[in-house]
Amino acid sequence: MNMSRWSMICVVAIVALVCTFLMAAAKPPSKEVKQGEYLVKGMGCGDCHTPMKMGPNGPEPDMALFLSGHPEKLVMPPAPKLPEGPWMGIFSATMTAWAGPWGASFTANLTPDKDTGLGVWTAKNFIDTIRTGRLMGKGRQVQPPMPYQAFQLMKDADLQAMFAYLQTIPRIVNKVPDPIPPQNMGAH
Amino acid sequence: MFNQYRNRWRVIAIIFLIGAVTSGGALLKTQSASGASPAPPDLRQTGLYSDFASRTVDSRNLHYSPQYPLWSDGAVKQRWIYLPPGKSIDATNPDLWTFPVGTKVWKEFSFDGHRVETRLLEQLGRNEWRFATYAWNADESAAVLVPDTGLRGVAEIQPGIKHDLPGVKDCQACHVSSRTEILGFSALQLSPDRDPQAPHAEPAAPDMANLQWLIQKKLIHSYPSVWAGEPLRIKAPNPRSRAALGYLHANCGNCHNPAGSLESLSIILRHSVAPDALEKTAPKSAINRTGRFRIPDTKPGETFLIRPGDPEHSAVAYRMATRNPFRQMPPLGTKIADAEAVNLISLWIKEDLVRPDDSPAKEP
Repeated sequence: MNMSRWSMICVVAIVALVCTFLMAAAKPPSKEVKQGEYLVKGMGCGDCHTPMKMGPNGPEPDMALFLSGHPEKLVMPPAPKLPEGPWMGIFSATMTAWAGPWGASFTANLTPDKDTGLGVWTAKNFIDTIRTGRLMGKGRQVQPPMPYQAFQLMKDADLQAMFAYLQTIPRIVNKVPDPIPPQNMGAH
Repeated sequence: MFNQYRNRWRVIAIIFLIGAVTSGGALLKTQSASGASPAPPDLRQTGLYSDFASRTVDSRNLHYSPQYPLWSDGAVKQRWIYLPPGKSIDATNPDLWTFPVGTKVWKEFSFDGHRVETRLLEQLGRNEWRFATYAWNADESAAVLVPDTGLRGVAEIQPGIKHDLPGVKDCQACHVSSRTEILGFSALQLSPDRDPQAPHAEPAAPDMANLQWLIQKKLIHSYPSVWAGEPLRIKAPNPRSRAALGYLHANCGNCHNPAGSLESLSIILRHSVAPDALEKTAPKSAINRTGRFRIPDTKPGETFLIRPGDPEHSAVAYRMATRNPFRQMPPLGTKIADAEAVNLISLWIKEDLVRPDDSPAKEP
C-alpha cells in the first residue's frame, strides 16, 4: 500500500475523531438539566450565589463568577455592631456575605469544583442538604438567609434536576469562608 | 316500577360504597404517609421500666455498654435494648446489622448525677423508625416527650454551656444514612475484649449483654463464624493506636463510612469487622490526603485530613478540638471538646503514624 493511501486513511480517521468529539461537546442538555436550569435561574439562586458588581448601569451579577458564591479574595472586615431590632441585618455589596443575629454567613460555591464547590457531591447529598437543613444531611447547619425551608416544598425530581444543572455549569475554584458564629463576630 | 327504583337504589348504594372505601383508603394512606405515629408522651409508657417509681428496668430489656463510647460532653450514659421475643439480629452484613421489627433502644443521659434525658429509637416497621427524646424534670419524678424540634438549653453542664435535647431531625442526622442504624450496638462495640485505654471507657457490668452472649443466646444469626471464637479487637501496632482507632470508629465512623450518604467524601473512619474487609485498621483513606476543609490561617494545600507527624496540620485533630459550631466535628451533639481524646489523637498522629509498625511505642 503506498503512502498516499495511508495518508488518506489517517486523515479520514482524524476527521472522524474530531467530529465525534465535536458532536459530543455539542450534545444538547438533557431534559433534566434544562428543567434544572429553569429552576435554578427562576428561583433566583444567582441572586445570592453570584456576586454582584458595579456595571455601567448600576449593580449587576458578575456572570464570570456565576454561582461561585462569596469571592474568596473579598476578605470581609468585622461586621458593624448591629441594633437589636427591628433593623437587624446587613449584607455586602456583592450580596454574598450576610450578618445578623446568627453571626455571619457566606454564600456557597455551587459550581462543580471538587475542592471548593459541589464537585464531589451526589444528587442525594444535595437533596439531603435541602431536606435536613444540614450540609450533606449530616454536617453543620445551613445558615440564614438561605431559604432552604421553602426549597423543602419541592419534589425530589426538581431538586435532582437543579443539581444536575449545577454539575454542568463552569467550574470555578473559589474557597468560600466558613460562617462565623455570633460570639466570634468581633474579631474573625 | 318498584323493581326499577330498587335497581336504581342498588346502583346508588354501590357507588356510595365504592366512594366510602376509596375515601377511607385515601385517608388511611394520608395518615400513614404523614410519618410514624407519635411516640408515647411519657417515658414510663415506652416499656423501659417494670416499675417506674423505683426505676427498675424491665428484665426483658438488655443492659449494654459499647467499649468505645460516643463523647457527649461528659454525660454518664446507660443503654438498654429490647428485642422482640423469638426474634434475632441479622448480621449478614457484619458492619450493618438488621434488627427485627419491634426493637427498641433507650439511652439515658445524666450530668452531675442527675438524669437529664432519655432517648428512644424504635423500629416500627421494616423501614420505619421512630425517634423520641424524653426530658426528665428537676426532681426526676417524670420524663416527658419533647417536641419534634427538640429543646435547647435544658441543663447547664459547664458554666455558660447548656445541654440541648435533640429533635427528630438531629437524631436522623446521625442515625439515618443509607438506612437507619442503631449506633453503638455492633460487633466491635460489644466485643468482650474491651479496650482498657478507650477514652471514657465504661466498665462492663456482669449483667450486660455482649457479642458472645448474643451468640450463646441465639439472639444473632448469619454472623461470620470467626466471631464465635476469638473475641473481636482492633488490630493495631500498639495500645495507643488501638484506642485512637476505636475512638475514631465510634465518634466519626458513624458518618464517615463507605455505606452511607457521605461515601462521596471517601473518608473512611469506621473500622470494618467483615472478615474480608480491605480497610480494617488505620484510616488509610485519610492519611496524607488533602480535603475540602482548610485549617484557619493556613495556605492552600497545607491542611491534610491526617498528616503523620503533624497534628497541627491534620484536619481531624483540629476539628475534634474546636467547638466553633461551623467547624467542629462531630457537627452536633457536643459543645465541649473532648480534651482526653484530642490528646490521644494528636499523640497518635504525631508519634504512632510515623513509626514503623513493629517498633515499641512510648506508653502514655
